[in-house]
Amino acid sequence: MTLTLDAPRIVTTHPLLQVHHVSKSYGSVTALRDVSAIAYPGEVLGIVGESGSGKSTLLRMMNLGETPDTGSYTLDLPDVEGNLFDLDRFARRMLCATRIGIVYQNPHLGLLMKHSSSGNVAERLLVAGERSFATLRAKATAALEASEFPLDRLDAPPIELSGGMQQRVQLAKAIALEPALLLLDEPTTGLDVSVQALVLDTLKRLQQERRITMVIVSHDLGVIRTLADRVMVMRGGAVVEAGLVDQIFQDPQHAYTQQLVHAKL
Amino acid sequence: MTPVLDIEGLSKGFTLHHLGNRIEAFDDISFTVGAGEFVLLKGANGAGKSTLLRTLYRSYLPRAGVIRFHSDHGPIDLARAADIDVAHLRRTEIGFVTQFLQARPRVSAEAIVAEPLRLHGVAVEEALAQAREALKTFGVKPDLWKAYPTTFSGGEQQKVNLARALILPQKLLLLDEPTASLDAHARAALVARLAELKAAGTAMIGVFHHPGDVEQLIDRVVDLTPDFIKSEDRTDVDL
Amino acid sequence: MTLQTLTKPWEPMSYGFLDGSAKREIRRKMIKAIAVPGCQMPYASREVPMARGWGTGGLQVSLTLVNPAMRVKVIDQGADDSVNAASIRRFIARVAGTPTTMDTLEADLIQSRHRIPEEVLREDQVLVLQVPNPEPLRPVQPNMSIARQMHADADYGRMWLQLYEQIVRSGRVMQGASYPSLVHGRHVMTPSPIPRWDVPKLHMAKHLTILSAGREKRIFAVPPFTRVEPLVFSDVPYKVEDHAGLTCHRSGTRGFFMNEIPQDDGSSVFEVSDSEWGVKAIRRRDGEEVALGETWYKNGKMPS
Repeated sequence: MTLTLDAPRIVTTHPLLQVHHVSKSYGSVTALRDVSAIAYPGEVLGIVGESGSGKSTLLRMMNLGETPDTGSYTLDLPDVEGNLFDLDRFARRMLCATRIGIVYQNPHLGLLMKHSSSGNVAERLLVAGERSFATLRAKATAALEASEFPLDRLDAPPIELSGGMQQRVQLAKAIALEPALLLLDEPTTGLDVSVQALVLDTLKRLQQERRITMVIVSHDLGVIRTLADRVMVMRGGAVVEAGLVDQIFQDPQHAYTQQLVHAKL
Repeated sequence: MTPVLDIEGLSKGFTLHHLGNRIEAFDDISFTVGAGEFVLLKGANGAGKSTLLRTLYRSYLPRAGVIRFHSDHGPIDLARAADIDVAHLRRTEIGFVTQFLQARPRVSAEAIVAEPLRLHGVAVEEALAQAREALKTFGVKPDLWKAYPTTFSGGEQQKVNLARALILPQKLLLLDEPTASLDAHARAALVARLAELKAAGTAMIGVFHHPGDVEQLIDRVVDLTPDFIKSEDRTDVDL
Repeated sequence: MTLQTLTKPWEPMSYGFLDGSAKREIRRKMIKAIAVPGCQMPYASREVPMARGWGTGGLQVSLTLVNPAMRVKVIDQGADDSVNAASIRRFIARVAGTPTTMDTLEADLIQSRHRIPEEVLREDQVLVLQVPNPEPLRPVQPNMSIARQMHADADYGRMWLQLYEQIVRSGRVMQGASYPSLVHGRHVMTPSPIPRWDVPKLHMAKHLTILSAGREKRIFAVPPFTRVEPLVFSDVPYKVEDHAGLTCHRSGTRGFFMNEIPQDDGSSVFEVSDSEWGVKAIRRRDGEEVALGETWYKNGKMPS
């Protein structure tokens, strides 16, 4: 992009999430090259790109599941300080368990498939120290309800549920502790189109009701357009272009983004 | 008159990488809009009227020039403002009205209309009450208020869209052919609502296929037709 | 000085069967286990003339701890007279020359499978429990490397999840024996397959308990006066087996953990599980002068 924008002047709140100059190589393969990203409180940041663009690696880093070779990551939250990549395993686990929610494309990564659905949600609360059965039950039910999960299947194990329902259990688990940050890794990929629309709709409603800061990664432009306020386009481990969602879709600047957008429309 | 928008030397073109060419939309546009002023954009098809509106809204990135918007937080150049500032202004001070509704499944008409108020911090019940009032004004029947607009006809969707777009008084309103294919009653309601907002100080820039619809509102006309096009070749509508 | 004066004459076997270095290792691991209550310490686990899974872990600890003055008691599910208990007791006596007893009050060292005696143990007594599966996290985390990380992080949420699942599916906590318990507020351990009835006996007990798994090669310990708290929800209290109202049909003793003995007519009678307690009760009933120790449970209730 030839045009460089000014620093924010009206919005003076700090971004909730700041990733700066992150690079990561696996041997001779460069997964991320000097990537930076920010998300303001209540904002939905979309990251779009094809497989191998580095978008999922970046999301894993935001969930502290991976550490880059260089770069920093901060979350503007009370009691959370410094470069989060420097935290030890214990601090990372507590931070992820209590402040960050994640929904994976593959429900096996996020759920205990043979435990009850409500138990999957309750596990989050247990990690945070909740020890009252009644409270666990009530909070798990509330989170599942907010995710528009049918409550008559409260104790059905995810393995017996449809793909869309499994994603709702993941979502309920992710929001059960009212996280400051919700990470979504291709949350609707692989679902039937009609189911996909309903899950996206739930995400949109939750975002509007709770103003959760979200980072959503998808190769599906439709998903990004539906949910995101701002978009980052990635390719080959680097950010190609970033901007407001309507600007990226209506007036893409970079050749790669144009190709991506025009292929879709 | 209090200035709301100063546009200086604004240019926009599109670089199409796969074709290896550039399309010029408009070049070196300058004009000013004050509070409560209604500016009509005029010009031949392809002169860049809609493009200009979208550039002002920052859906398009300008190639050159300054869009100085006098926001509640002081003047800011929309051509270069940070994305987050633009997003904030869109929520609070700048509206964009088209004829198309972005309906979402399982969101009722009244909820969709109330949404801008909700985002602005108005309580649910109060927002819904105002939304119903707006739907009534635009002639949407009460039995549709709780229904999902995804199932509505184009005309009804358009009314819901207008009710939503105009429910929150804003400093600057960009109007992209909102009257197209609107029935007479709704058109009258739209003009009345625009007049109300205008009287309250909203600055407006509009593109209308039939400018006659809003004739009594127009304060000024800005012609985007490049100077090299001869007036006898012009195909745009007369005023 | 000759080599002869510096070395001991040849013996067919070391004292207490295990060689000196094996005992030294187990001693060191026991000290570590006592230093970090409830934390599992790995040890080599030697061969003993008994199959793995039959109490080899407990036996190695007992053989390490005994000296000729120590009186040894061995019980299996509460009974001193089962084949297994009798064999282990005789083996220890043979290789270490120790006197043996069945009376809990007389014993210095008690090796046990699946029970803690009903009479309160003293500061000078040591309880050795045989453990088949030392890892309480195994049902929730089959990967033992991750399980060890979870212990290190005190990441025990999944243990409660297990209880949650039981309540959701069955309406109550189904965990019977091996009820997972938090030791000294830090490590969750399995107290070996003792019934729920026995877990409160470990809490702030005066005696030392060593738990040893021979096949799994782990030793852990509950030092004297250490908190042992069964994992529970704050609003679902811990319940022991409903044995408080049962009476032993042979000894007439009441308010202790019972074995259920099914009868031909479909009913069942009960017999006190701690066999020597039952024997002493019968002898006293028959007019003998028998010392009965103080019991943990009084009138079927554990005083809090």
